[in-house]
Amino acid sequence: MIASPNGSSPTARSSASASTPSTVDAPLLEIRGLKVHFPVKGGIFLRAKASCRAVDGIDLTIHPGETLGLVGESGCGKSTTGKAIVRLVEPTDGEILFQGRNLAEIPRRQLKPVRREIQMIFQDPAESLNSRHTVANILEEPFIIHGIGDAEFRRKKALELLERVGLTAAAADRFPFEFSGGQRQRIGIARAIALEPRLIICDEPVSALDVSIQSQVLNLLLDLQREMGLSYLFIAHDLAVVKHISDRVAVMYLGNIVEIAGADEIYRDPRHPYTRALLSAIPEPDPRRKRKRIVLSGDVPSPINPPPGCPFHTRCPHVQEQCRIQKPALRTTTEGHEVACHFDL
Amino acid sequence: MSNADPDNDILLEVRDLVTAFDTDAGRVTAVDGVSFKVRRGRTLGIVGESGCGKSVTALSIVRLLPRPMGRIVSGQVLFDGEDLTSAPVERMHQIRGGRIGFIFQEPMTALNPVHRIGRQLSETFLLHNPGMTPKEALERSIDILARVGIPSPEVRVSEYPHQLSGGMRQRVVIAIALANRPSLVIADEPTTALDLTIQAQILELMRDLQKDFGMSIIIITHDLGVIAEMCQDVVVMYAGRVAETGSVHDIFENPTHPYTRGLLASIPRLETPRKTRLSTIEGMVPGLLELPPGCRFQNRCPHRTERCEKEVPGLETVGTGHFAACHHWRDLGEQPPAAPADTP
Repeated sequence: MIASPNGSSPTARSSASASTPSTVDAPLLEIRGLKVHFPVKGGIFLRAKASCRAVDGIDLTIHPGETLGLVGESGCGKSTTGKAIVRLVEPTDGEILFQGRNLAEIPRRQLKPVRREIQMIFQDPAESLNSRHTVANILEEPFIIHGIGDAEFRRKKALELLERVGLTAAAADRFPFEFSGGQRQRIGIARAIALEPRLIICDEPVSALDVSIQSQVLNLLLDLQREMGLSYLFIAHDLAVVKHISDRVAVMYLGNIVEIAGADEIYRDPRHPYTRALLSAIPEPDPRRKRKRIVLSGDVPSPINPPPGCPFHTRCPHVQEQCRIQKPALRTTTEGHEVACHFDL
Repeated sequence: MSNADPDNDILLEVRDLVTAFDTDAGRVTAVDGVSFKVRRGRTLGIVGESGCGKSVTALSIVRLLPRPMGRIVSGQVLFDGEDLTSAPVERMHQIRGGRIGFIFQEPMTALNPVHRIGRQLSETFLLHNPGMTPKEALERSIDILARVGIPSPEVRVSEYPHQLSGGMRQRVVIAIALANRPSLVIADEPTTALDLTIQAQILELMRDLQKDFGMSIIIITHDLGVIAEMCQDVVVMYAGRVAETGSVHDIFENPTHPYTRGLLASIPRLETPRKTRLSTIEGMVPGLLELPPGCRFQNRCPHRTERCEKEVPGLETVGTGHFAACHHWRDLGEQPPAAPADTP
């Protein structure tokens, strides 16, 4: 164990009020009309035959100290959205405004300072940690890349970070494979907070963990947010987890956002038929509760050839003629609650 | 174990099952003295975290353990009175895919990618029905595909697994498991790889098929929500042993073992106040090579005493059909089900 370092408390930004993010604040991140299309190659010359519309024009904002939950099923574009923000995939169109700069446009060379501010936590810590590096190497690397401090400083920082995420200093000189999934995810979190970022993109950070470990990691994320004033984009498919950690929740379907509202509100009063079906499909750990379940028929259509009109119309129990022709835009129903459906259901 | 049900109500009884693997690091006892009963026409859930031995238990029942490392060391698996642990290999061939169907987690790996759906289904019929012609088998395949909700099954039989979506593939796997009208279906994490709305479809299908076919189901899962929704009886496993077993109401409304309680308290629920700290089970599951003597949950248990470090707790009767393996269950008091720790 190391003695508690005096520098372990966060610096200036802890003043950002994490518990009550106010919508009056200027947003930290604003996404406008983001599209990410991937070419689908085929034929003998592997020419682009079609495009996969992974993200098809979405708007999102994240405020300082806020957690925005992004939910949806596999292939809905939620992970691609997260990756586009840090330019791990190239946006096809749209703006990603962070502190007044459009990240979608700046040259790659200029991204380095931005990456200090926006970090990422991945689903599988086994794959996102270099297995040939010791934990100390992994945690020192962000400082090396950004040219911060000397070797002694970096070592000290690495040990501080380990303590911060609930690991002992003994972990520093071991390798990732020596740790359990939950501990590896703690290392991934330590790396993400190393440079004291403003925003962390959490891509399914607890999905690979066992139930009893999942709650430990969620508590850690909540503590760090409170202490450091962090904002999270929390991408997950587990709706109970998302609700627990988020201030607002956006629901994605086939590359589009179909509903966005406050976390309590969207669960209490879901307005989009897809959100309703999704919420009713959660198996609840309570045998007494017998809810009316909306079971959707069929599968999600392919984003390579998305249906015209409303993306959800092929599975929607309330589908009308208009839905097959016209794509509904997000509209505000009540303050802070937006839904992309032609009808008030 | 006393059980209120008459014996002929029991389809499968696992008695003191011990399954071990020989690894480079030594012998690992993955399942260590597990017992439970499956009632006819009912669903039993086995729940636990990775490495608790739930899948190995399922594989031991049908003797599909990876060889030569894995073997059943002792215990009995009584299926309609017949001990499967000592049954000849040919008899197991008859039983697997015949009276016991198996649904695997990954529908892509459970299906053979180079054979058409129709062939894989027909094979199941042909193996278990001597005298059936391939044409009849294909017809039966189309029927069962229709029954599990595959649209235009006559077209689908000539497709390959990769042409189907994940949910459709899992329907095919279910069709194969049910082809010969088994009396028991073992489903190992049947919906874990699937999306929520597809999971809802598959769970509904399984319930529906159980109503029609009357088979018993064993569901193995880590998802307490699936357990609550599907099962009448539950076995909670921890580090190779049964921690607690009882009816679904016993487990969810009167959880008795500290592990069961901790597990139920640590899952975020929709009614948990947002952004509050969740209660946790501190620490982690001990590795199977470094198990402590005594109770295996001791290093994480808030109620640990000296006795727990020395003495292995046996399953004690908590109520009718409700058992917990804890020395101190009587002293733990009432626990409001899943009250989250509420420190802001």
